[in-house]
Amino acid sequence: MQPTFSSSRILQPVRPWFIVFSLIGAALLNFLPTAHWPGVPDWVALVLCFWCIREFRRVGMGWAFVLGLLMDVADGAVLGQHCFAYVLLAYTASSLSRRILWFPLLQQALQVLPLLVATQVLQALMRLAVGADFPGWGYFIGPVIATLLWIPLTFILLLPQYRPVEQDPNRPI
Amino acid sequence: MAGIDHAPPPFFKQGPAPLALLTFYLAVSLAIFVVDLRFQSLELLRQSIALVVDPVQRVAQTPGSLVDYAASYLQGMRALQQENNELKHTQLTTAPNLQRLAQLEVENERLRKLLSVKEREKANGQVTQILYTARDPFSRKIIVDKGQQAGIVAGQPAIDETGVVGQVTRVFPFSAEITLITDKDQVVPVQIVRSGQRSIVFGLGNGQLELRYMPANADIQVDDVLVTSGLDGIYLPGFPVARVVNIERDNAYSFARIFCVPIAGVENFGEVMVLDARQPLPPAPPASAGRPGGSDQPELRGRSKKTASKGN
Repeated sequence: MQPTFSSSRILQPVRPWFIVFSLIGAALLNFLPTAHWPGVPDWVALVLCFWCIREFRRVGMGWAFVLGLLMDVADGAVLGQHCFAYVLLAYTASSLSRRILWFPLLQQALQVLPLLVATQVLQALMRLAVGADFPGWGYFIGPVIATLLWIPLTFILLLPQYRPVEQDPNRPI
Repeated sequence: MAGIDHAPPPFFKQGPAPLALLTFYLAVSLAIFVVDLRFQSLELLRQSIALVVDPVQRVAQTPGSLVDYAASYLQGMRALQQENNELKHTQLTTAPNLQRLAQLEVENERLRKLLSVKEREKANGQVTQILYTARDPFSRKIIVDKGQQAGIVAGQPAIDETGVVGQVTRVFPFSAEITLITDKDQVVPVQIVRSGQRSIVFGLGNGQLELRYMPANADIQVDDVLVTSGLDGIYLPGFPVARVVNIERDNAYSFARIFCVPIAGVENFGEVMVLDARQPLPPAPPASAGRPGGSDQPELRGRSKKTASKGN
């Protein structure tokens, strides 16, 4: 696998435990008290979206559903709210995966932005429809910040795959 | 996939179609959403997931509390001494009332006995520490550090040193969720101290409260204090809830719009006291008592049963 399909660099296959580790890390970031600040991205949605695009055979709607349930309980939200949004995000991300990976990182980020915004808007619509309070516009800045983080996130999450298996200076690639 | 993978991509074993899976998961999510919202019958699922999530969440809160601790540690001797002096001062100013409180309570009890009025219930409870505010941006809730283990049940009111903060809405094994009175459509039955008029105060979701269903010509002024009326069987009577800040009287509507702010430090961090559940109120008289007509059927039945038992 390459960083993008147009790149000539070939990566190592991803280690499954690293996917689990990064998703748990994202959940931990979500649990931090910073979550109340306006513009803090939904880390779980971001990392989930990343893996659904990179590894849609390993991470899909099942993961999205479980993570959504976890976030619902952690937030004290209505059960099913995050599940619905995350499952839809996972489906869209993995079906767009083959297209998105052809673009350079900056354009990837632009394509990811509507997905993340939709995730947030969908949750807001679900809650507002049943009579919740409007959370303020700060709630919708999160996805924009998340999009700005797409390039550093891609670099960090692909870091374990950059190293070659054996250190051989005469290796062709 | 265009890359090199160790395992070949499964050409023939692909599992269910993505669209079918999507439909399935979305249907399940929507079903959970509706059931949780309308019937509240998924508490067991929520509690079991919370058992895993809660410890992790507490750990994640430690950096923040460490910063708080460090800040208060570095606050310095002078600030602490000043605070100590202020506390001593307030203690002295409240001392006359406190010292006579015990005597007053005894006297009140005796007078109530003389008048054969039911005794006032004593307010007991447990002090709990606020762990964190719930992340859900659509509601106003806090999580406290005592739960089923400490015998807390859903419905108990929570107060701080100045007034009512909220009500316990969910209980987990080691924590409980308190919905603040400022949460949207959270309801507290209240009484206006000055006029004694009863009403209901609703949370607005923006940090304010609204006193609804008060006629436009109601006797209410800015700075009136609202206390719990105790008619609901949940809140004990007499706890301060809110202060009126703004009244809009518009003759086009039959009700005045009355806005209040909570008296308790609802958005503060620290400790709250979860009051014990009240003794159940005496049963309401049957609704059919004074109403002749179709609704006296059950009463008749009851009477006939009584005579039947007498006959036996």
